[in-house]
Amino acid sequence: MDRLRFRALTNSKYLRRVVALASMLVLSACISADGPANYLYPEGPRAIQSDRLWDITFAIAAVIFFVVEGALIFIILRYRANKANAQPKQLHGHTRLELLWTAIPALILTGIAFMTVPVIFDQAREPEGALKVQVIGHQWWWEYKYDNGVVTANELHVPINRPVLLELRSADVIHSYWIPKLAGKQDLVPGRINHLTIEATEPGEYYGQCAEYCGLSHANMRARVFAHEPADYERWVAEQRAPAAADNAAVAEGRELFLNGRFAGGQQCVSCHAVGGTAAAGVIGPNLTHFASRTGFAGEMFEMNEENLKAWLRDPPARKPGSKMPDLNLTEEQINDLSAYLLSLE
Amino acid sequence: MATVTTPTPWFLRRPRAKNGLWSWVTTVDHKRIGILYGYTAFVFFILGGLEALLIRMQLATPDGDLVSADLYNQLFTTHGVTMIFLVVMPMGAAFFNYFIPLQIGARDVAFPRLNSLSYWVFLFGGLFIYSSWLFGGAPDGGWFGYAPLTVGGDFLPGDHRIDYYALGLQILGVASIVASVNFIVTILNMRAPGMKLLKMPVFIWMSLVTNFLLLFAMPIIAVALFFMTFDRTFDALFYTPAGGGDPILWQHLFWLFGHPEVYILILPAMGIVSEILPVFSRKPLFGYSFVVFSGAAIGFMGWGVWAHHMFADGLGPAANAAFAVSTMFIAVPTGVKIFNWLATMAGGSLRFKTPMLFSIGFIAMFIIGGLSGVTHAVVPHDYQQTDTYYVVAHFHYVLFGGALLGLFGGLYYWFPKIYGRMMDERLGRTHFWLMMIGFNMAFGPFHILGLKGMPRRYYTYPSGMGWELWNMISTVGAFIIALSVLVFMHNWRKSKKNGEIASADPWDGRTLEWTIPSPPPEYNFAEIPTVTERDDFWHRKYKEDKRGRPIPVPTGGAEMHSEASEAEAEEGHGIHMPSPSYFPLIAALGMPIMAYGVILNSWFIGAVGAIVCLAGFYGWVLEPATDESH
Repeated sequence: MDRLRFRALTNSKYLRRVVALASMLVLSACISADGPANYLYPEGPRAIQSDRLWDITFAIAAVIFFVVEGALIFIILRYRANKANAQPKQLHGHTRLELLWTAIPALILTGIAFMTVPVIFDQAREPEGALKVQVIGHQWWWEYKYDNGVVTANELHVPINRPVLLELRSADVIHSYWIPKLAGKQDLVPGRINHLTIEATEPGEYYGQCAEYCGLSHANMRARVFAHEPADYERWVAEQRAPAAADNAAVAEGRELFLNGRFAGGQQCVSCHAVGGTAAAGVIGPNLTHFASRTGFAGEMFEMNEENLKAWLRDPPARKPGSKMPDLNLTEEQINDLSAYLLSLE
Repeated sequence: MATVTTPTPWFLRRPRAKNGLWSWVTTVDHKRIGILYGYTAFVFFILGGLEALLIRMQLATPDGDLVSADLYNQLFTTHGVTMIFLVVMPMGAAFFNYFIPLQIGARDVAFPRLNSLSYWVFLFGGLFIYSSWLFGGAPDGGWFGYAPLTVGGDFLPGDHRIDYYALGLQILGVASIVASVNFIVTILNMRAPGMKLLKMPVFIWMSLVTNFLLLFAMPIIAVALFFMTFDRTFDALFYTPAGGGDPILWQHLFWLFGHPEVYILILPAMGIVSEILPVFSRKPLFGYSFVVFSGAAIGFMGWGVWAHHMFADGLGPAANAAFAVSTMFIAVPTGVKIFNWLATMAGGSLRFKTPMLFSIGFIAMFIIGGLSGVTHAVVPHDYQQTDTYYVVAHFHYVLFGGALLGLFGGLYYWFPKIYGRMMDERLGRTHFWLMMIGFNMAFGPFHILGLKGMPRRYYTYPSGMGWELWNMISTVGAFIIALSVLVFMHNWRKSKKNGEIASADPWDGRTLEWTIPSPPPEYNFAEIPTVTERDDFWHRKYKEDKRGRPIPVPTGGAEMHSEASEAEAEEGHGIHMPSPSYFPLIAALGMPIMAYGVILNSWFIGAVGAIVCLAGFYGWVLEPATDESH
């Protein structure tokens, strides 16, 4: 009779509907739209390599999930107390069965281990012919230093189809550099140098973010990687190596303010920021040589435009919690001049 | 022996109160201390839950601005610290306190005053940490407190927030170490005659393993926290790279404690579930020795997996590979437990009372947490998962779906023993289903959010990442959990007052605590029982027929105490119980005072704390062994 009831339950339209609904939810969750940080849709070879391991592991886990949870549900339905089973057989154990369900998981895990370990070593190998870039983590922005002398911030430009070996350092606390579509993350640990290889095969923009809690604006420490065709990449390098536009009369006032202005508490722009080709050589904040060529600023928190930049200059810590750039008590006129100058640095 | 009795000075006389506040303050009765632990942990559970609700409200929509970044960081840090150190650990301690002596047939723990000390130290440690909210903000470095963020100059706002963390956990560590010694000695030395190690209830076994883990893990975090305090207070350079220190040292020390800690949190719940399932299946635990030894194996292997928290640290491929493999294989003993629980239920006669519902919920949710745990061990993909909500999903399935559901099951299971009344089944079922629905709505979406790249510890997130829907669902789920907790509280209050009167053995139990009245008398056992079997009480009630089915023994299960002994009980059987004492409280009180001394950089306050502490211990030593009125 009990078995009948079980069959009735499994046959019922109700249960089938529930199962259908549940699997649709799971499915839609998986399919539902890619996002900029969704690493189940990897795009770089590293991320794809990791994703393959995931696909296999997830499939195994899913099978185990359905088998074990299914067994649990079966037992719940089948062995509900009734008159017939009120005094069940007192089974104390079964050694062979025990050994079996110790051995089977161990075997499955051995398989996963054999699949995983070689990839760990493979991903740790230094790639050949790689472009090398230093990445330095700061509270809360990224600094990039290329071997060719280019120094920039937050936005990394790379050629496609060439591995990029990132040399990771930190200027303050631990950060973690993560471009989900291209590769897994790697920590930037002060006092240590870590390495991470990324590579893109398609030109485009890739979203990135800090993944290790690093203080107030941890959530506002984003990055972008721009992958270019090799020729485009070379053009970008050439542009970046050129000194910043110098003799633009329209922004002369802003330039003067930037280079020589003293603001609240005697603070100067140039004590923190550098602009190539000028006397500004500060190294605490982002290098602004080609500031306006970037698509965002302040750890990619804001899109690059006049309105955002002015709002930023008005009171940085109010816009970005904990910002190391202080409120300089600038007048509206100074803000207009400075933002005109900064936006001329293309 | 002729002794000259000098009258004891008033302050050394042992307190005598049997009722009222003073009796609770001075109690050394393991049952009362257990209740104190339980209620205190529950209050912190409410606080940690409110913090979680604020977090969820902030994250319900993109660009949330309910709380500032600064407040958010304090909230997620205290939520983690609270739930781990002030809720799940002490709730486990509550069960150890109340039920270890009852299940091994003892009248109290080995060191009753030490037991009271560990409770007061825990309480003051928790209050000390929470006092930070009043004095410049709560800790905001994450429960994992990574250096150099937590030791450096102005990496975080606030002056002393991290000191509250470092010193507070230090104090809580004292409570845990003291308690662990007490429980280990109690279990090893005070079992009823005949209760050999392999006849102990599984809950006792898991308690033993847990307390050994505590004994060895807490000193590690103590060292790590001392380094941190020295770095912060005396400009030492243990973790500061500029001075030759290494931030990775903190991580090694922290996780060498932190991973065994995970098993400290889950093993008590596994023990509770291993008690509940057989009772409500009318079958003995399947493969007792496999369950026991897999628990012990988890205890040992738990020491060899810590660096899986550090895969993205750059430890190198050899270390990552080694820890990947060890992490995968710790899933084997965990799996063994799950299969044995299923086999315990299979072929049984299942009664779905509330404790059983929570135990089944535990198994169902723990399977999910266990499987996602294995996916973390696939290191190349863990580089993607780590520090995302996928990990947050994993450990909530293990610690909420696992530990907390197990502990709730234990509360429903043992409530009749503690208060002599039954909890309301209808409300219990409502609580269970609301909690299961809320839990899965709150934490299930975290898997998806993590795989969609949402990092942990972000006080806000932009729109357009595909995270909106799942965050909203999660927030709704969090409020359903809160509702379920209200149902539980209502049930608790109502049942305590008006619940159906419980017999000594309302569930047809298997272990010794069901042989004594509900609630138990102060001395627990009028006569210390003699144990001949595993699940001794069951075997007194039932023997097996030829087909292995239980048949009741006509005289079995009669309550252990006859009417004669009932009458004798009025005079306490002449059983001598340990006298109350307030010196543990005084000794404990000195510790937070010393910690405030460190924070205020005041030798004076530090010295006052030390003197209070010493005075407590002196009084402890000098007070007479018993109340002289005896």
